[in-house]
Amino acid sequence: MKNGFWIFLAVFVALGGSWCGFVLAPELQLGGAKQTAILNSSDVYPVGRPGEANQGLSVYRANGCAACHTEQVRQTGVACSVTLTDAGKNPEAVTNLILSLTLTNLTKEEADVASGKITAAGGKAEIHTVATGPDIARGWGMRQSVAEDFLHDNPVQLGGLRAGPDLSNIGARADANWQLLHLYAPQSVVKGSTMPPFRYLFEVRKIGREPSSNALKLPPEFAPPAGYEVLPKPEAVELAAYLSSLRANVPLFSAPISP
Amino acid sequence: MTVNKQNEDSGRAALPRRQADQQVSPTGLMEKIDASLRVPLLALFGGAAFWLVVSSVLAMIASIKFHAPDFLAGCPVLTYGRVQPAADNALLYGFCIPAGLGVALWLFAQLGQTPLRGAIVPVVAAKLWHLGVLVGLAGVLSGNSTGFAWLEFPRAGSVILFFAYLLLALWAMMNFAARRERALYPSHWFLVAALFWFPWIYSTANLFLVAWPVRGVVQAIIGWWFAGNLLFVWLTLVGIGTAFYFLPKFSGRPLQSHYLALYAFWTLILFGTWCGIPPGAPVPAWLPVLSSFAAVLTVVPVLAVAAIAWQTSRRSDAPSLESGVTSSLRLEKSAHRADTTTNCEPKGGPYCFIRFGLLSFVLSSLMLIAMACPRISQVTEFTWFGPAQTQLQLYGFFAMMMFGAIYHLLPRVVGFELPFPKLARLHFWISVPGVVLLVLPLAIGGMEQGMKLNNPNIAFMDATKAMLPFLRTSTIGLLLILLGNSLFALNIFAMTFKWELALVKKAVALVKTPLETASASASLQRDQGEVKA
Repeated sequence: MKNGFWIFLAVFVALGGSWCGFVLAPELQLGGAKQTAILNSSDVYPVGRPGEANQGLSVYRANGCAACHTEQVRQTGVACSVTLTDAGKNPEAVTNLILSLTLTNLTKEEADVASGKITAAGGKAEIHTVATGPDIARGWGMRQSVAEDFLHDNPVQLGGLRAGPDLSNIGARADANWQLLHLYAPQSVVKGSTMPPFRYLFEVRKIGREPSSNALKLPPEFAPPAGYEVLPKPEAVELAAYLSSLRANVPLFSAPISP
Repeated sequence: MTVNKQNEDSGRAALPRRQADQQVSPTGLMEKIDASLRVPLLALFGGAAFWLVVSSVLAMIASIKFHAPDFLAGCPVLTYGRVQPAADNALLYGFCIPAGLGVALWLFAQLGQTPLRGAIVPVVAAKLWHLGVLVGLAGVLSGNSTGFAWLEFPRAGSVILFFAYLLLALWAMMNFAARRERALYPSHWFLVAALFWFPWIYSTANLFLVAWPVRGVVQAIIGWWFAGNLLFVWLTLVGIGTAFYFLPKFSGRPLQSHYLALYAFWTLILFGTWCGIPPGAPVPAWLPVLSSFAAVLTVVPVLAVAAIAWQTSRRSDAPSLESGVTSSLRLEKSAHRADTTTNCEPKGGPYCFIRFGLLSFVLSSLMLIAMACPRISQVTEFTWFGPAQTQLQLYGFFAMMMFGAIYHLLPRVVGFELPFPKLARLHFWISVPGVVLLVLPLAIGGMEQGMKLNNPNIAFMDATKAMLPFLRTSTIGLLLILLGNSLFALNIFAMTFKWELALVKKAVALVKTPLETASASASLQRDQGEVKA
C-alpha cells in the first residue's frame, strides 16, 4: 500500500462490508417488525408494557441491573411427548400399549409413530413440544428468547453476565411484593444472596398515626427499629412493576412449544 | 538527552531501509519534532494517567462488593451496576483511546520525519476529550447511562468525545499527509485505519442506539457490532501498529516481514470486523453463524501477528531475512544492540511491556475466538470468562503496550529522563502478577461456573457461591493493578510538574535577564564614573 488513499479504501471495503451486514441488513430485516400472532391463539405478542413498568425499565437501566442479570434464555433443543386424551372404546388395549411405549423425551418422528400406534389402537393422543436445555430445566423460561420478545423495549437490556439469575420470566416466578422485599434486603428472601441491597430506592420513616398500607413486611432481623417503617420510593415501585412484567413464554412461530 | 537522541536515531536502523537512511537527518529536526509534540502528548497522557487511576479505584469498589454486598450499598452513585461500567469506560475511553491517539501522533511524526504543526489544536482537543470522559462518567454514575455495553456515556459526553476525536485524528492525518519520508511503514497502515475506524463505528452506534434508537433486538446487534469493532479491531489496530514500530527498534531486527504484516492487516480488518455476535443470541440465526465463522477466520491475523512477533524478537545473530540491508545498516545495527540492552536489560523496561502486551494479545484473541465457537460458548457464555477476556484485552494487551510506548517516548519528547525510572520498572513487575491474578481466576472460575450452570441439578446459588473465591482472588489482582497504575501516574504527573517548573524557571529567568543586565550596566557606569572621579 503506497499511500493513505489505499488505506482508506481498505477500511472502506472492510468496515463498509460489516456495516452493511450487521447494521443495515438487520435493520432492513427486523427494523419494521410488528407484533406476531401467538401460536394456536388469536392474540398478538408482545403487547406493550404498562406505563409504570416502562418507567421501571429506565430504573433498571439507570442502576445497571444488566451488569449482572441477563434477559435471554437459551434452549439446546426440543423434545416431544405424547399424552393420551381419550382412551376410546378399548381402554384396556390402549393402556397396555401405553405401558409398552416411551412417551416422553421423543423426537418428532418417534412421537408421530407412538401417536399413530395409539390411534390405531382406538385411542386419541396429543403431541406436545417442549424446549429442553439447562436454562429451561432451571425454570427460567419455557422456551428460548427470540427477537420478538424485545420488540417494545428501549433500551434492550439483554445483558451478558449471569452473576445473578436470568430475568426473562421473573414476572412469572415472583410478584411485585416479593420484588420489593428482595430489592430492599435480598437476603431476607433469598438466603445467601450476593446481590447488593438497593436501600436507596426506599425510605425509612417514622410511623405516623397508623402504619402505611404499602410498608414492607420484613422479617425481624431486616426490619427497621421499632416505630419506623420502610416505604418504597416511586422508583422501587416502578422497578418492581417492570420486573413483574417480564414474561416471555408464549409459543411463537419462531419458538414453537405446546406445553 | 543526547544519548536518547542517538538511541532514537539508531533505533531507526531496524526500520526499513529507506527510513533507516533518514539517519542522516540532522538532530535539529528530531528536536523540532519532539518539541512540537511535547504539549499535546503531555495533555493526552496526563489525563489518561488520571483516568487510569480513577478506573482502578472504581474497579476496586466494584470488586469489594463480592466480599460484602452491603459495602457502600446506601450510596446510589456507587452501586455495582454503575461503578462497574464506569470503571470499564474510564479504562477504555479515559486511558486506552487518548493514550493510543498520543502514541499514534508521535509515531506519525517519527516515521514521517515531520514536526506537528498547529500543536495548539491537539492540545485543546485532548482537554476536550478528557472533559468528555468527565461528563460521561458523571452521567453513568448519576444514573444517566444509555444502557448499552461500552457505550454507556450519555449523549453530552459522546458528542464531546466524538468532536475531540475528529480534531485529534484530523491533525494526525495532516501530519501524515505532510510527511517528508513518503514510504509507508506497516505501523502506518494500522494506525491510519484506526483513525478512520472509530468515528465510523462511534457515530453509527450513537445515532442508531442513542439519538434515534432502532427497534428491538437490532439495538443489541448494533451494540455487539460496535463493541466488537471497538474492543477488538480498534485496540488491535493501534496496539499492533505500535508494536510493529517498537519490536524492531528494541530487538534490532527488521520486522519479519512486511508481507506478513500486510497479510495480518488485511485479514484483521476483513474478518475481525464481523466478530462479536454471540452464538445463540435471540436474533435471526444467520447473524451469529456469520459472526462465528468470521471469528474462526480471525485466527489467521492473530497467528500472523504471533509469527511476526516471534520472528522479530528472536535473539539471533543470523543475518536478517530482509534483503538489501546495506553494510552501513549492519554497522548501525551493532550500535543498536547497545540500545537493546539499555532498553531491556534493566528488566521491566519498555521492551518488557511490549512483549507482555503481545503475549496477552495472542491469548486474549484466542479466548475471544474460542468464545465465538458454539460448543465452547455453551459453557463460557454469561460467565466470568467473558470479563476475564475483556480485561486481558484491555489491560494485559493494550494498556501494557501503551505503558511501554509512553515510558519510551515521553522522556524523549519532554526532554529529560523519567523522574522515577525504578518505579517504572516496578510498575511492570507489579502489573504482570496483577493481570495474572485478575484474569486467571476469572477465566478458570468462569469455566467452572459455566459447567455448573449447564447442570440444572446444581442450584444456581451454589454455582454463584462457588465463583466467590475466584472473584475474591481477582480483587488482589485489581489491587496490584491499582498500585501499578498509581506508579505510572506518579511518573507522568511528576514529569509534567518538572516540565512546568522548568518552564516557570525559564520564564522567570527571561523576565530577570534584562533587569540584571540593566543594573549591571548601571553599576558599571557608576564604577566608571568613580574611576573618572
